[in-house]
Amino acid sequence: MSSVAQKKGFGAQVWDYLTTVDHKKIAIMYLAAGTLFFAIAGLEALFMRFQLMFPESTFVSAGTFNQLLTMHGTTMLFLAATPLLFAFMNAIVPLQIGARDVAFPFLNSLGFWLFFLGAVFLHLSFFMGGAPDAGWTSYASLSLYSPGHGIDFYVLGLQISGAGTLISGINFIVTIITMRAPGMTFMRMPLFTWTSLVSSTLILFAFPPLTVGLFLMLVDRMFGANFFDHTMGGNTIIWEHLFWIFGHPEVYILVLPAFGLFSEIIPVFARKRLFGYSSMVFATILIGFLGFMVWAHHMFTTGLGATANAIFAVATMTIAVPTGMKVFNWILTIWGGSIKVTVPMLYALGFIPSFVAGGVTGVMQAAAPLDYQLHDSYFIVAHFHYVIVGGIVTALFGAAHFYWPIMFNRALNEKLGVLTFWIFFIGFHLTFFLQHFLGLMGMPRRVFTYMGDQGWDLFNLISTIGAAMMGVGVILLVLNVLISIKSEPLNRRDYWGDGRSLEWALETPLPFYNFKQTPLVRGYDPYWIEKQEGNKEGMVYAEPVGDIHMPNNSILPLIMSIGTFIAAFGALYSPWGDQAIAGTADSVSPGLSVGLIVLGLGITVGAMIARSLKDDLGYHVHVAEIEAIEKDLAQYRATGKKGGNK
Amino acid sequence: MAHDTHFEARSQVQQEYYRKENAAKMRSQVTQFAIMILLTLVAFASAVADFAPNFVKPFVLLLAGVQVVQQLYAFMHMEDKKAYHIGVISFFMWGGALIAFTFFLCFLTIIWW
Amino acid sequence: MDLNTKFTPQNWPEHAEQATMEGKNKFVGFWIFLSCEVVLFASLFATYLALKDSGPAGMDLAKYSTKALYELPLAFAMTMILLTSSLTSVYAMYHMKNFNFKGVQTWMGITVILGLCFLGLEIYEFYHYVHAGFGYRHSAFSSAFFTLVGTHGLHVIIGLVWISCLIFRNMKRGLNLYNAPKYFVASLYWHFIDVVWVFIFTVVYLMGVLG
Ligand code: HEM
Ligand SMILES: [Cu+2]
Repeated sequence: MSSVAQKKGFGAQVWDYLTTVDHKKIAIMYLAAGTLFFAIAGLEALFMRFQLMFPESTFVSAGTFNQLLTMHGTTMLFLAATPLLFAFMNAIVPLQIGARDVAFPFLNSLGFWLFFLGAVFLHLSFFMGGAPDAGWTSYASLSLYSPGHGIDFYVLGLQISGAGTLISGINFIVTIITMRAPGMTFMRMPLFTWTSLVSSTLILFAFPPLTVGLFLMLVDRMFGANFFDHTMGGNTIIWEHLFWIFGHPEVYILVLPAFGLFSEIIPVFARKRLFGYSSMVFATILIGFLGFMVWAHHMFTTGLGATANAIFAVATMTIAVPTGMKVFNWILTIWGGSIKVTVPMLYALGFIPSFVAGGVTGVMQAAAPLDYQLHDSYFIVAHFHYVIVGGIVTALFGAAHFYWPIMFNRALNEKLGVLTFWIFFIGFHLTFFLQHFLGLMGMPRRVFTYMGDQGWDLFNLISTIGAAMMGVGVILLVLNVLISIKSEPLNRRDYWGDGRSLEWALETPLPFYNFKQTPLVRGYDPYWIEKQEGNKEGMVYAEPVGDIHMPNNSILPLIMSIGTFIAAFGALYSPWGDQAIAGTADSVSPGLSVGLIVLGLGITVGAMIARSLKDDLGYHVHVAEIEAIEKDLAQYRATGKKGGNK
Repeated sequence: MAHDTHFEARSQVQQEYYRKENAAKMRSQVTQFAIMILLTLVAFASAVADFAPNFVKPFVLLLAGVQVVQQLYAFMHMEDKKAYHIGVISFFMWGGALIAFTFFLCFLTIIWW
Repeated sequence: MDLNTKFTPQNWPEHAEQATMEGKNKFVGFWIFLSCEVVLFASLFATYLALKDSGPAGMDLAKYSTKALYELPLAFAMTMILLTSSLTSVYAMYHMKNFNFKGVQTWMGITVILGLCFLGLEIYEFYHYVHAGFGYRHSAFSSAFFTLVGTHGLHVIIGLVWISCLIFRNMKRGLNLYNAPKYFVASLYWHFIDVVWVFIFTVVYLMGVLG
């Protein structure tokens, strides 16, 4: 099967990506889509900062500001951070555990397409009458009365992309439980795999309440139900609870994999075993568990009562304990190591103090009486950006540099990377550090402008300058990526020279089946062990060379997702909605609305049935083909002649 | 890999034993079913009978709990220790139940108006 | 996995649904999915409990309260039907163990018929309520009731379509290691529907008529 060696035409390549079930390609699609939405949301942030640069500015209107604010938050959390982390999970986790693919390759692809079409649907709102404008939390008391279709786009878009995220989460859980290579016991799993497992578990339990909350909002707004409408006996607090039962775990869904990435980066560049491995695992699980018991700290000021506030305050503060354990473990890993300050390591070194700052303000907010003061002020904005940018975005940028060699067989430029880091890092602190004080001085969050001469002018100006620097940093990173496309392929294993876990034992470019033979894992940090023993191949094998079973590609995931996309329009233009009846939103005839829903769901269900009716057994790559592919790859690595399948 | 999976045939005696064992297991499932029906009857009866609601409510909830454990462990075979990764599966199911419990606690106490 | 392996009752593995890698993954994956459904239904139950006594100011409680509305005989009949359908799908799995394909198909078919009866009664119940003026948009209570019980009903519909497809697609194929996990997982789903219903008849109907 040397057809893999031939360069494909453009159309064939597109088709390949539309139908692929290969985790490495899906990772690339997640990376590209996540970057796109990261850029869009970043631009929205810049617009907001320009508006706030000076008091009483009129750069954007109040209504536009609300839309920017909502779309920025929603996009960053659901459509940028999540898919970017999924990109690394997809690319790296199967390699770390010695698997040829994920447990459910078909669902992997379905998860991506649902996420992507949901995201596109949400963004169509900009062109179809206005984006959602009730904040990323979309509290019902506000969003039920928002005219137009903005909130409907929010509800339906998140419903679709949330389904995709949930499916991917289940897929990762099963992959990590069942697909580990022989010898890869739970307590030998690299920390990124561990954090991916716990984070996926949080997705599993946190997304259903969001799904329910969104569904209730959907029927309330579009079909006249009464869950949140107090005149009909409804209760808006239910939305707040459902949202935050999801919302707090969500922040850990994002930050745990980031922790995992740093736990991979730091030992490699400190050239030391990760300090306190088992306590790291324990802390991860504990954070995951406690993450579900604290959601009401976002609702201290709704008036839950002193008892409830006290319980949730104490529960919140206990999370600082396992988090602190992790921080100490990272520091002790670095301590006494022979440190190499590369770009990923720079991000790690920047991450530790930044994240600690965010954690400390978190504990401050957890003190309910103090939170009455801090709530809904810029202090909150500073807090969550310290954890999100200082924790998650640094992890994503660091991991991009760290894993680029494995994902693309190219390296990102080191010098440009250092420059990017400093510009971004300084810009980040300029933007958000002063916001703590703005908050303490009384500046409320989510306002489109403010009066001058309250002592806020200078800090806001500096904050905007910082934001612009972060923008420059991101542009430089994208530039770095573009440059890397033209750079020399690496064609090697262990790019950093100090790789420890299994993914570094593989020579890039990888064949589509990852492992010619399933590896046998002999301990924690398996590649390190093999290197220590002078094993040139980087691993020992659990099986002889044999036929490899691989899954078939399929276009059905895309078709299923398109079905939900069509159905969403039917619901959006429902004539039974409160706004439609009040005449503040356009609608279509009942027949068309129901027709679209039936058609869309019909396509989805039809595709499912089509999938069920056919036996999909995958195919076998026979030994002779494997040898041919390996020879092709070897020749490509040696001569640079196009062979291999990138 | 998957190619060379070979399936051992049972001998005549083994096969008979296998069938008997399956039949015995099926009988115990039917017993479980009978208990479920009984519990359901008791639950409905106690709701119709004129007992104090404050007694009946926790009682029917308890019966429901028992029935659900029967479904999970007998009908859905969570009792089967040899099933693939059943320990992990129980962990997830009970983890989900624990989290679900906090929802009830919350929605029954701190949602008001 | 090789579909061409011909099985007899003698060499059919005891845990056919977990005999292949795909089957094992499906088994674990489906259970994980069910644990997610637990949380999904918990959210709906909790919402129902929070809203079951509320409606617009001046709602006629003599007509539209849980006590006035629910009818136990109907709920009892539905419960019996669904519980029995749970047992029939156990029978189907019993026959699968013995490599008795006809038994599997027959008992799965009976399960579908019982499911349809259940669904019919549920539709009748809903129709009855709507006729009595208790529509979806009537009050917070009505929205919560229809959403909770309706979501369960939707699961029943999905289960019915799913099992019917399975019966249909395998008519010519017979039992093999590719479709054994499919049957097994579908029966798990059906049991789970029953698990949810146990809580519905207890929490919604029984505790409802108690006030
Ligand atoms: C030690 C760890 C943490 C503690 C104790 C903590 C505590 C808190 C508290 C009490 C609030 C509510 C403030 C208010 O609205 O009055 C809050 C808000 C927030 N936190 Fe954290 N947090 C921690 C970590 C994180 C992490 C890791 C993330 C994200 C990765 C995060 C993201 C957020 C977000 C997005 C909000 C604002 C939500 C909103 O109201 O829109 N936090 N945090
Ligand atoms: Cu929180």
